[in-house]
Amino acid sequence: MAALAAEPPAGIVPPAVSLIGIDKRFGAVHANRAVDLTIARGSIAGIVGENGAGKSTLMSILYGFYAADAGEIRIRGRPVSIRNSSDAIALGIGMVHQHFMLVDTFTVLENVMLGAEGGAVLAAGLRAGRATLERLERDYGLGVDPDALVGDLPVGAQQRVEILKALYRGAEILILDEPTGVLTPAETEQLFRILRTLKARGTTVILITHKLREIMAVTDRVVVMRAGAVVAERDTAATTIEELAELMVGRKVRLDFAIAPCRPGPVLLKAEHLRVRDGRGVVRLDEVSFELRAGEIVGVAGVSGNGQTELLEVLSGIRPLESGRLTVGDRVVTAEAPADPAAMRALGLAHVPEDRHRLGLVTAFAATESSVLGYQRDPAYVRGPFSDQPAMSRHCAGVMERYDVRPRDPKLRSAGFSGGNQQKLILGRELNREPKILLAGQPTRGLDIGAIEFVHRRLIERRDAGCAVLLVSVELEEILSLSDRILVMCGGRIAGQLDRAEADERKIGLLMAGAQGTAQAA
Amino acid sequence: MDELLVPLLSTLGATLRVATPLILCAMAGLVSERSGVIDIGLEGKMLAAAFSAAAMAAVSGSAWAGLGAGILTAVMLSGVHGFACITHKGDQVVSGVAINILVSGLTIVLGMAWFQRGGQTPQLPPEARFMPVWLGHNLMVYFALGLVPLVAWVLGGTRFGLRLRAVGENPQAVDTAGISVEGLRYRAVLIGGVLTGIAGTYLAIAQNAGFSRDMSAGQGYIALAAMIFGKWRPWPTLGACLMFGLLDAVAIRLQGVAIAGIGEVPVQLVQALPYALTVILLAGFIGKAVAPRAIGVPYVKDRT
Repeated sequence: MAALAAEPPAGIVPPAVSLIGIDKRFGAVHANRAVDLTIARGSIAGIVGENGAGKSTLMSILYGFYAADAGEIRIRGRPVSIRNSSDAIALGIGMVHQHFMLVDTFTVLENVMLGAEGGAVLAAGLRAGRATLERLERDYGLGVDPDALVGDLPVGAQQRVEILKALYRGAEILILDEPTGVLTPAETEQLFRILRTLKARGTTVILITHKLREIMAVTDRVVVMRAGAVVAERDTAATTIEELAELMVGRKVRLDFAIAPCRPGPVLLKAEHLRVRDGRGVVRLDEVSFELRAGEIVGVAGVSGNGQTELLEVLSGIRPLESGRLTVGDRVVTAEAPADPAAMRALGLAHVPEDRHRLGLVTAFAATESSVLGYQRDPAYVRGPFSDQPAMSRHCAGVMERYDVRPRDPKLRSAGFSGGNQQKLILGRELNREPKILLAGQPTRGLDIGAIEFVHRRLIERRDAGCAVLLVSVELEEILSLSDRILVMCGGRIAGQLDRAEADERKIGLLMAGAQGTAQAA
Repeated sequence: MDELLVPLLSTLGATLRVATPLILCAMAGLVSERSGVIDIGLEGKMLAAAFSAAAMAAVSGSAWAGLGAGILTAVMLSGVHGFACITHKGDQVVSGVAINILVSGLTIVLGMAWFQRGGQTPQLPPEARFMPVWLGHNLMVYFALGLVPLVAWVLGGTRFGLRLRAVGENPQAVDTAGISVEGLRYRAVLIGGVLTGIAGTYLAIAQNAGFSRDMSAGQGYIALAAMIFGKWRPWPTLGACLMFGLLDAVAIRLQGVAIAGIGEVPVQLVQALPYALTVILLAGFIGKAVAPRAIGVPYVKDRT
């Protein structure tokens, strides 16, 4: 830094990052359109936009993961060429990816050292690395044990390891891509404290997110992207969530539509002391008991990986129980009398799975085939021993019409639809049967605001029609705005149950973090 | 006393001799697979190296020239495997099997064309072979034994080893750290080539005095089994190689020997033991063998 060739006049600090006319295409997709962007040194800048708005691509270009087709990057005022990640690292750019770039079987120290080992033989480098980590720990207080195995750490701590990695390499510009998606509210607060400390020590932070409240909480300035272009820049203090949402989507959005009061009916599904182990013998669900009534939405909140996936799998008949009792209508499912997904479907239970690519549809199949998956033996789609293609096509076209799936092409491969339209197709398939019970796993994950609004309206509609809905989501806002009752999961158990009226983010956050669990254990 | 000690010592000696190509191959597979590249072509590379080494030794009369030819051949095949699987993201099992089939046929065809002995190479004189240098064992046996601590140290104590293990577990982490995933995997695969080359050379011009068709006889697969048995770790893999070597040595000793109460033990039974043991023990007796997480998956940069 001292050796900057063209040091600007005293008093004028060049921006940490200037992007000028950055353009990038992936085949037919124009991911970035002539993006101009400057980020002041020592500030926290937010980049917001819907999925596919091009924020991640832009930052990947800055980090050398992709090369831009056109445009110029300046770091601290100097034009640079970033051909790969090591160029970016050498320029003092660090990135915390949405999916952590960590080796689970390595210790924290080994992970931090990877790529900056300081010599062909590790021993000396490890000693020096340990000393550096101790200094960083004193400076920033990240609270990570250098000798812990990364795979054993909670996600919040893993994320701090990623931040350590960047700091260890001397990052002065830190990019965080959707950093809070996997964190509890308390962990998010801790992350923001760390970001503020970084800023106070002169680090420039770039935060990519679609959560507007976080932008308001921590950034100095915010850049809004839509369809690959920067559509607005605002000082955070001078804008509002409503304005940002409108800029992101390009129209007014209302997610807080009025919901009729809940009129719960009879119990349709009853879970008693459910217990499940995974393939490695780890208990994933323990003592899970609850009831699901007709005409209500029960939200299941929790940090992902706390048993929600297993719960959905058990309820939908994918995973057998180890013990406990599940009653759906007059059918009782136990370890001795297991049910398969077809049996559960026959009982009027529909499932919108969390992982739509793995469980929701077969990406290589045409929309027609995906639109009957799970119901392909239904007499309506069968003629003798063969499937009835025209009937399936008609059904698919109907679903596409009613659930606004675009493009309306039943022959298109399922992979050819955007995430939102894939989800609408699945939702249409499952809701078309007017199920008595609906399991919805992360129904709006990765969807843009417009599609989220659509999905939410459909869920409410089913509830009002007397369907029992179990909504599993890691988005607290979604849980709070839709649920009539809220179950909070932590460590495979139900940490607490809240009524809509008494629930708020703080209470749920405490339960998610296991506050109740420890209190019970004590 | 001697009646007991002599057969025991000779069996142990035989164990070491039989285990040497297993150790070399297993270490080759271990380095390759820890980087995330499945190496089912050990068998073919070893066979090709055996043929080249024997042919070169027969023509030049030099064991060292034979070793050079063996290593070169195996490294070239490794390069082909790397080109197919690393550069072009092909299926690693298919590429490995293709190498095995190709070599099995090609060595015989070339052998017939060059030496007119039904696929065999000429019988080598002692000068063109690696002969015992100490305690009845040749250089390569000691090299194989010394290789194990070396591999263990490289994996655990060097920068290359750290990156190698990382690339087999999470190549994206390596890529984002600014290190070339392809470069690392190529290096691992080529090191594997060098080691299988030595293993093949050992078969043809140290353990035997020439190449005979399909002389690797499944030892590449046994080495693979030993590596899995050893959970992709050098020392346990050495143990597995020695155990399989011992079984083989015992099988040879038991040939035609009648055991009281049982009668003559079918040799095939003892020969099948390594495979049977691997299946049985992996099925639950030694715990789960956890492969490197990214094994078999070509690295493609994600578009998101």
